[in-house]
Amino acid sequence: MHIPDGFLDARTAATTGGLSVLGVGLALRQVKRELPPRRVPLLGLAAAFLFAAQMVNFPVAGGTSGHLVGGALVAALLGPGAAVVVVTTVLIVQCFLFADGGVTALGANIFNMGIINSVAGYFIYRALSALLPGVRGRVTAIAFAGWAATVLAAISCAGELAWSGTVPWSAGFPAMTSVHLLIGVGEGLISALVFLAIQRTRPELISGTGPAGGGARHRGELLGYGLLVTFGVAVFVAPFACSWPDGLDSVAAKWGLAPHKMITYLPAPAPDYQIPGLHWAVGATALAGVIGAVIVFGLALLLGRWLVPNRTPGESLPPP
Amino acid sequence: MNPHWLGHSHPHASPVHRWPAVAKLGGALTIILGTVLLPVRGVGWFIGVGLFLLLVAGLSRLPPLFLLRRLLVLSPFVLGVALVNAFQPAARAHCLGIALKSILCLLTVILVSNTTPFSEILRVLQRVRVPALLITTLALMHRYLFVLADEAERMRRARASRTFRPGRRLHWQTLATVVGQLFVRATERAERIYDAMCARGWK
Repeated sequence: MHIPDGFLDARTAATTGGLSVLGVGLALRQVKRELPPRRVPLLGLAAAFLFAAQMVNFPVAGGTSGHLVGGALVAALLGPGAAVVVVTTVLIVQCFLFADGGVTALGANIFNMGIINSVAGYFIYRALSALLPGVRGRVTAIAFAGWAATVLAAISCAGELAWSGTVPWSAGFPAMTSVHLLIGVGEGLISALVFLAIQRTRPELISGTGPAGGGARHRGELLGYGLLVTFGVAVFVAPFACSWPDGLDSVAAKWGLAPHKMITYLPAPAPDYQIPGLHWAVGATALAGVIGAVIVFGLALLLGRWLVPNRTPGESLPPP
Repeated sequence: MNPHWLGHSHPHASPVHRWPAVAKLGGALTIILGTVLLPVRGVGWFIGVGLFLLLVAGLSRLPPLFLLRRLLVLSPFVLGVALVNAFQPAARAHCLGIALKSILCLLTVILVSNTTPFSEILRVLQRVRVPALLITTLALMHRYLFVLADEAERMRRARASRTFRPGRRLHWQTLATVVGQLFVRATERAERIYDAMCARGWK
């Protein structure tokens, strides 16, 4: 899911860059305030761990193999702020050292994999593990969170590509989503297995909110992350996901100004690829997107319930 | 530790290696921004950048085969986008333009990252006021990246030499245990590192 250089236009790169700076700034502030000095090296080590863990190949059918992405897992282990910092660090090193993911697309990559993946994964994990008690509940929660976070990041990625006119939404969205629906299953399964392995050897590492803090006390930051993710989804995904302009024309007229201004400042390099009428429907569909997100959350809850019986590897394992 | 297995090449004997890191990073950023933002029709820029990058590649004395190999490792992402766009005849020229931009940027990053030590990149980031906590994290990650990757490889080898060929389910469980163990070891190492940092007067 690492977007290379050249696949995003100036507008998308600038917007995602701004969102990522905001998100990482928020995470750094939270971590600096509540992380005990003893835990500071853990951030770097966790980033190195994530990088090394991504190189462990899990065999899938037919000679192919998959690996952990890990945003949701790290968020469940360390808390959301630390997870955003850790995944961002991994992405920066991958970008500058291994040329994996573009420099101008770094903002988008951090937003998709660092912020959406970790934060959404964390929220889903916390919500589900509050509902489902015990280790079994947590394993279920991390499995579902891993899956959902992967899919969300992929959808956001498809939205950014469509927003910059590289891949039309009608083609990119089904392709990205269907592939990551499958990849997400592997991700959820690996996350759950790794989580269980850590729970077995060092249960104190994952008791409560995780060693780096980030519990429910910090409503402000959690609200901030939630707003960022919602905003990103509303901007990148909603204009395509819903074609609802009729009923919301008046709102669109009111909201039309702000996005229009932004677009004249930053002209897209390939304007003929823009979807017509998109520019000033952005505000209206953003509003619709927020409503849509609520409905989708309901569907996700149903899906989680459907996945739960299959996602309890803890029961079938022999005791250590 | 084997520095070559991740595909890095650091012969410290070319003029490009001795250029100041600020200039290299600034130049690379200019090239990348220009390449990404300019429309494909402005051919002059692309030819100019291409020739300049070839010149730098020659000066840097990086093995050409190494550069070619790094360039040809296309991410599944690029292939997917090419595949999706291949079905739309109108988009083909556009797709070619994107591929060209992408390759030029990739070559730029590969050249910079293989001729500049990471610590100097960090020093530049520090100078442009990236938060200190992020820099510390980046530095620690880069320092222990290879250590932990080696540890994972040792654990894989140890497991491979002790296990018969396991079924897929058992295989996944063992691999997950390896990854979990890696996290536990990383945590313990972080504690030791903190003690060592304090002993040397950190903060």
